[in-house]
Amino acid sequence: MNDHITVPLYRLAHGRTGDKGNRSNISVIAWHPALWDAICAQVTEAAVAALFADRQPRQVQRYLLPQLQAMNLVLDEVLDGGVNDALNLDSHGKTLCFRVLKMPIVLPAHLQAHLVGLDDAALPATTE
Amino acid sequence: MQTDKTPPAPMLIGCAAGFSGDRVDAAGPVVQALVALQQPAFLIFETLAERTLALAQLARRDDPEAGYEPLLLELLRPVLADCLAHRIRIVSNFGAANPQGAARAIAALARSLGLRAPRIAVVQGDDLSGPAHRPMLAQALGDQMPDQPLVSANAYIGARPIAEALQAGADIVVCGRVADPSLVLGPAMAHFGWAWDDWDRLARATMAGHLLECGTQVSGGYFADPGYKEVPGMDQLGYPIAEIDDSGNCSIFKPEGTGGCITPATVKEQLLYEIHDPRCYLTPDVVADISQAQVLAEGENRVRLEGVIGHPRPASLKVNTCYASGWFAEAEISYAGPRAAERARLAAQTVAQRLQGIAPIRTDLIGVTSVWGNDASDWLAGADLSTASPDVRLRMAWQHADKATAARLPREVNALYCCGPAGGGGVRSHMRQRLGMVSCLVPQPLIATGFVWAAQEEATA
Repeated sequence: MNDHITVPLYRLAHGRTGDKGNRSNISVIAWHPALWDAICAQVTEAAVAALFADRQPRQVQRYLLPQLQAMNLVLDEVLDGGVNDALNLDSHGKTLCFRVLKMPIVLPAHLQAHLVGLDDAALPATTE
Repeated sequence: MQTDKTPPAPMLIGCAAGFSGDRVDAAGPVVQALVALQQPAFLIFETLAERTLALAQLARRDDPEAGYEPLLLELLRPVLADCLAHRIRIVSNFGAANPQGAARAIAALARSLGLRAPRIAVVQGDDLSGPAHRPMLAQALGDQMPDQPLVSANAYIGARPIAEALQAGADIVVCGRVADPSLVLGPAMAHFGWAWDDWDRLARATMAGHLLECGTQVSGGYFADPGYKEVPGMDQLGYPIAEIDDSGNCSIFKPEGTGGCITPATVKEQLLYEIHDPRCYLTPDVVADISQAQVLAEGENRVRLEGVIGHPRPASLKVNTCYASGWFAEAEISYAGPRAAERARLAAQTVAQRLQGIAPIRTDLIGVTSVWGNDASDWLAGADLSTASPDVRLRMAWQHADKATAARLPREVNALYCCGPAGGGGVRSHMRQRLGMVSCLVPQPLIATGFVWAAQEEATA
């Protein structure tokens, strides 16, 4: 594995969260085409469902848009009821894309040049 | 189809609001740019979110003249003269729960500014809250039909009445609930005269509308992330303008001299925003498919969207129904200094014990977790508070059908001033009526849509 590096997803991709009712949609968009395969392989429905386990999504569905090097993640029933029902301060779930963007991603070292941001390598300590 | 007709010139359409409460100084630079470019031009304001209409109905209940966008006059006053003088036609859903009231207010604004009387069209058909529609809603909602009285019931109607009003000569089209992208498709249909089953063109202009409908979310707003996504001039973000051509494809740009940025990255984020299946984005007008779409840099702050395809429109319209569903209450208090988080946790336990068995309480400890935890507050329960910030804010929230019962939570938090742990300060609390919402689908032919002219005595007085 010494020809691989582990970096947070936010160095490979950006995204935005939207909502409809009690459903969240989170986009993940690669900064560079060369990073797309690693994102696809690791930001899976199962991995995202695990990331949101405490919110108990009824379903996580992933839609791939390879020509845009982007994916749309749709999470059902993760917004504590959504904007009309939630007790959460963030009843829209607007902050949730950053929960995905801090996922650790294992990447071949030669792709490092395509990463954005600081080479801080400081992965979040938490595992949630 | 063989034709030797010259295709119509491209049209420009600017967006100067992405939600109710957006910046009211947005429209000026957009209108200046539209005037300078001297092409057929339209301006939209998108001011309705899922809940906004129900809130507007509540406002109208208190004041029969209210119920339209509260900032309507602030939004229009700076640009109405230029729009009327340069035939930049305005389309907006700022009518909310009272489009006729909004039209009267616009007519009065034009009079007060000494402008010619604008021809104002009011789109109708979305409001299904009257008793006549109740059997239809009851059938569509089935078991979901609320027992409580309805606050609002609105269908997401499409672009056709907007297009018809513009073709009939409207300067301003005031809508209530229309699908957001229809605010753009309506002008495109009026300008280009496409057939209503030209699915690819309908889908392309619809996605142009989708890119515009959130205002600056396509031009650098809601994008910046220092060190990763730099956005210049956040204090003066340029609101977007789309140039749509006769193919329905569009280029997105923004006024010269404004802040923000339009790049493939900003456009991709907005393209996917609040989309479910990218192959079938449902609108009342068309099913848009962006699975083959291309986002292409055309120049500095100019990006083109191509490759959208369309499928026949859905047979049904989405209807959102809101009803009053009790009361939401929340309250906050701060703790700072040594053992702040431990004192805050004791405060939370104190309140929870006092209110045990009444309703579930959500607890957040801002500085430890404020939004990512679940309603059961499992994160907070598991958090190591010894490493927490020395300046934390406790927030507690719940809901209850009975107003007086709901008010007990803020009262208990307030009582922490004397009865709680040491050094608590800065109590703020908040109560509001909750709105429940259920959605259903109603067959399109059951919902009659159209437009009427705003009362002429108002417009010409």
